[in-house]
Amino acid sequence: MTVRPREGILDPQGEALRRSLAGLGYDVADVRAGKVFDLEIEAPDEADARRIADEISERVLSNPLIEDYRVGA
Amino acid sequence: MTRVGVLVFPGSCDDRDALRAVELMGAEPARIWHGDDDLGGADAVIVPGGFSFGDHLRCGALAALSPAMAAVRAHADAGGPVLGICNGFQVLTEAGLLPGILRPNAGLRFRCHDAPLLAERESAWLPGVRAGDVLTIPIKHHDGGWFAPAEQVAELERRGQVLLRYAENPNGSVGSIACVTNERGNVAGLMPHPEHAVDPLLGSTDGRRLLQGLLDLARTPVPA
Repeated sequence: MTVRPREGILDPQGEALRRSLAGLGYDVADVRAGKVFDLEIEAPDEADARRIADEISERVLSNPLIEDYRVGA
Repeated sequence: MTRVGVLVFPGSCDDRDALRAVELMGAEPARIWHGDDDLGGADAVIVPGGFSFGDHLRCGALAALSPAMAAVRAHADAGGPVLGICNGFQVLTEAGLLPGILRPNAGLRFRCHDAPLLAERESAWLPGVRAGDVLTIPIKHHDGGWFAPAEQVAELERRGQVLLRYAENPNGSVGSIACVTNERGNVAGLMPHPEHAVDPLLGSTDGRRLLQGLLDLARTPVPA
């Protein structure tokens, strides 16, 4: 699962990274810093595993006020 | 005597100051371990500061899932008062007991200093305090930028859920908001540390106001 700051939400970590990159001469317009989670889930089939992964992403791994998540590569 | 439960998570560090502050206020302090599924008869609850579960995932996110927090939720649902301080504020927002979320400070600096706070209104949480009064209470945090979407902030302001604002915004909190309550008014949270401002020796006793508010609310529960 990938969790990243929502569009339009100030991301202080991403902004700090952007400035440091600019210091190295990389002209990057925007940086968004997120997180990646790899979970091993026991389930009868892939659809079921995805349903559980969705639920976990929504309830725990992300906070919907500030973050979006995506399940799968 | 009013019994005040102070939650303890792995990584809590202001629980002892909170317990001592409760004692100084003339109430009975009681420790509540995060794995307990009841509050041991507490009339009021403090969720203290620190770095629960190492701040992993998001500050307060893992503590919000603990058994003791289920008991805190039941206590709050019954109208009992709950005060979240610093990490405790983060835990209560993550648990959905308070609005918004705390994000890394704008500027990404750890801020540690006294913070003048403007009282927004009179409130049961701030006995003896009038709108416009200034309370001086220290802050010490890296993730204290309170955020909620603009329409939710407007709603909170309209309902009178904003109790304190920073005189100088130290962390990028939306609307300089320092202390908010839930809609019912029995749960409050703030990043500043009232439990560190209870003794004249340490410069300010303004933290006593909020702690007195917590004790008052324990005696007169808030109706639904």
